[in-house]
Amino acid sequence: MDKRLDSLAAAVAPIKDGSSVMIGGFGSAGIPFGLIDALIAQGARDLTIITNNAGAGETGVARLLKENRVAKVVCSYPRSPGSIWFERRFEAGQVALEVVPQGTLAERIRAAGAGLGGFLTPTGYGTLLAEGKETRVIDGVGYVMEAPLPADFAILRAERGDRWGNLSFHATARNFNPVMAMGSKHATAEVRHLSAGPLDPEDVVTPGIFVQSLVEYAVRP
Amino acid sequence: MTPRTDAQIAARIAADIPDGSYVNLGIGKPTHVASHVPEGREVIYHSENGIIGTGPTPPEGEEDVELIDASKRYVTANPGAAFFEHCDSFAMMRGGHIDIAVLGAYQVAENGDLANWATLDETFPPAVGGAMDLVVGVPTILVMMKHTDRAGAPKLLERCTYPLTGLGVVSRVYTDLAVLDVMADGFRLVELSPGCDLDGVRAVTAARIHT
Repeated sequence: MDKRLDSLAAAVAPIKDGSSVMIGGFGSAGIPFGLIDALIAQGARDLTIITNNAGAGETGVARLLKENRVAKVVCSYPRSPGSIWFERRFEAGQVALEVVPQGTLAERIRAAGAGLGGFLTPTGYGTLLAEGKETRVIDGVGYVMEAPLPADFAILRAERGDRWGNLSFHATARNFNPVMAMGSKHATAEVRHLSAGPLDPEDVVTPGIFVQSLVEYAVRP
Repeated sequence: MTPRTDAQIAARIAADIPDGSYVNLGIGKPTHVASHVPEGREVIYHSENGIIGTGPTPPEGEEDVELIDASKRYVTANPGAAFFEHCDSFAMMRGGHIDIAVLGAYQVAENGDLANWATLDETFPPAVGGAMDLVVGVPTILVMMKHTDRAGAPKLLERCTYPLTGLGVVSRVYTDLAVLDVMADGFRLVELSPGCDLDGVRAVTAARIHT
């Protein structure tokens, strides 16, 4: 088995118009900037992007929005300092938005990857974000039924990887990357150090079974 | 009246955080609380983006772009810190493992309802982040905010008018003018800021204050 690819372009080649794509990262940490640029060059449009922030500045997720590739954003925190491209597209009605509480976003992705039909969370009970959803009260606590959130693809960033697809991460760049590997049908990672030899099994954070391909990309943001 | 500055409010909150607490500081002004912990106390800070044991800002030139807190500021990892992925991070929050959270607010109601994620302005995209997860799982929710909004309107109300973050979740509110507990029968005064008088505080509060 060898999941290594030669180029970022090869890694994003399977993504199609209308695909749903999870993008790892929080703030600037753990964002697969190389794969995002390759996705823009590849040309897929009408994407549903599942990610925590809707990008800031002119790079990463913001660049996907700037280039009009995104039909819908599912995220917890669209508004950040410098999130001008999201705001521009949102105000013009060019991009749909689904705001999901951050822990619910992570757990919905996990449910999709873990074969669960959803879960009950107290998060959001009694608020706007629970409107129209099934609720239950258990031992006096209100819960909201949340559905799994799968995706066709995930594009991720990791610090180390091996040819089996095992990944480890650096500091707070881990964030959504492991759960998105699990929750997507096809996960690809840009990896700062990609080795032919195996990672120490004790150091593996994301087991390679969740990762379909990976490519070396040494550039740090 | 001498309203407390943000630094003074942060110091007042820090004085209430016991040694050995696991604490989440909300983005923005609550992050200043970490700078005011009294000598001799060890407080462990959780950042929702995957670190517990968050340390101070690194010296210039030593920033790591992949070591940030929830406010997206460069931070360091204190001795004893750990990194983890998002599901674990939010299990810490929802699952009752974190002792105290300090959050900003648009509005707090006398029944403890908190509004801090969306206004009534529909052109302004709402951003919930981790606030709803924190308030349902962390047993002690402290709010740090100005007593009134920029237009001078009260932020302490009988009922919130903005969309809620959580229902009946706030324990204590620290403003520039006063510290107030949320009790079963409404707000109860803990203390006034130096030089502030109760009538002056009541005049800018749209709910009863018990003494």
